[in-house]
Amino acid sequence: MSLLSVENLELRHGLLEAVRGVSLTLEQGQTVALVGANGAGKTTLLRALAGAHRPSGGTITFDGVDITRRRAHECVRMGISLVPEGRRLFGNLTVEENLLVAAQRKRPGHWNVETLLEAFPLLQRLRHQRAATLSGGEQQAAAIGRALISNPRLLLLDEVSLGLAPLAVDAVYSSLATVIAAGATILLVEQDLTRAVSVAQRVVCMLEGRFVLEGRAAELSREQITDAYFGLQRPAGVGA
Amino acid sequence: MTWVNDIVQGVTLGGFYGLLACGLALMFGLMRIINLAHGDIAVLGAYLVFLLLEHWNTSPFVAILPVLPVMLLLGYVLQRTLLERSLRSGLLVPLLTTFGLSIVIQNLLEQGFSPDVRSLGQNAGSIATASWQVTSKLSISAIGALTLGVAVIIFAALQRFLSRTQAGRQMRATAQDPDTAELVGIDSRAVYARATAIAVAVAAIAGMFLAIRSTFSPYAGPDDLIFAFEAVVIGGLGSSLWGALLGGIVLGVAQTIGAQINPEYSILSGHLVFLLVLASPRGGLLTLRGARRARGVAI
Repeated sequence: MSLLSVENLELRHGLLEAVRGVSLTLEQGQTVALVGANGAGKTTLLRALAGAHRPSGGTITFDGVDITRRRAHECVRMGISLVPEGRRLFGNLTVEENLLVAAQRKRPGHWNVETLLEAFPLLQRLRHQRAATLSGGEQQAAAIGRALISNPRLLLLDEVSLGLAPLAVDAVYSSLATVIAAGATILLVEQDLTRAVSVAQRVVCMLEGRFVLEGRAAELSREQITDAYFGLQRPAGVGA
Repeated sequence: MTWVNDIVQGVTLGGFYGLLACGLALMFGLMRIINLAHGDIAVLGAYLVFLLLEHWNTSPFVAILPVLPVMLLLGYVLQRTLLERSLRSGLLVPLLTTFGLSIVIQNLLEQGFSPDVRSLGQNAGSIATASWQVTSKLSISAIGALTLGVAVIIFAALQRFLSRTQAGRQMRATAQDPDTAELVGIDSRAVYARATAIAVAVAAIAGMFLAIRSTFSPYAGPDDLIFAFEAVVIGGLGSSLWGALLGGIVLGVAQTIGAQINPEYSILSGHLVFLLVLASPRGGLLTLRGARRARGVAI
């Protein structure tokens, strides 16, 4: 049984159809990169999987349980965690408080404040510093840590490299490698194709609310992904 | 020395205003709700104490103890049933809802207890009238000092709760960004309900002190709401919890100094200070500190 199964999911922003009947499965321990241009519907899809956007159609099943109508905090308790676009840390809280506030008593596991500070060494000296004072890279590391502390079974990452300096992106992806090595299941939204393909086993490309390309990262050429990304052509054999 | 006495009286009066404003500041800081029924809830607390004292020969300070869990529950249910729904409809609907609630509470109290003016001063015993004569021109009322002491203890306890406990951290996180709070596993609706429960219980304590130091009637709520609201605004509009106490003290001192100039200026001088703060670019005593931080209760 797949860890996550999405069937004919439809998502709207008012009258605008953001996601149009997409289907997706995710196996335990898999890392999938979801790529696409701005406005393709990636963030909306991720937010729906995290319970933050109510679908207008279709179903989301997580570990055999229908979570289509579940609220976001219920999804976290079930083991789904989202690192939102723009980090959205609680600026008034310290780094440690940002981690602690997301800790779930009913979801014990490998990740706690100490193990996270080991995995994200740049946060160690910032432990008692207010999150609003951190640099972009430090904030991103804290945001990933905050998502991990609930010991999720599925980690959703939305544009983790957005707005970061190349060195900060390196640091974030180096930390992500530790998380992936620990066996996490990850759905990664990323604009940086090279980065996305380097960590993912599967790549799904979105265009105007639909999946236009899907395949194993090792088997897809950069040209195929780029063409699908910009909608230059519609490759044959693509799911709706 | 008369001025020193006025300031001391103002500070103790400000303790009462701060206590009254505490729940209002908490709800505004967390949910951006201006609870127009806050004064009536305080008066409701006073009536519940009064009701118990009619059947139980004890002090109001003992009678408030069983009232507190009732008020906590009332606040929780109020949020989950009435305010939660109105919050989903924007900022104006909670304002209208609490305005309606205020009228309902006033009418229910009038039906249940008659429009008669009452006081719990006699039930409180000598503490209601006792005072310490420091010098010939400086005296401190016992009930004033007790009110201020209780206010400081409640504010300090709330501060500790917000900064040291998981529930408190969740409240601060939700105050800043309720959507993201949900995304990290916080049930924002439950957090709001807990905050309203605390606000209503603290309002009941303020109501008890109101009933001891003065008189109350079913329609006393709106007058108290004005002072509580002014204290919150002077303190920085919920940007800091302690701002509500500080705002209450400034309001109290302004009123007593105004009364010293001319007894008719007492309430007016408080309103003038409120308007001055409201018109100032800073917009509140602790707003500058709060403005540097993100939205919500700054701890």
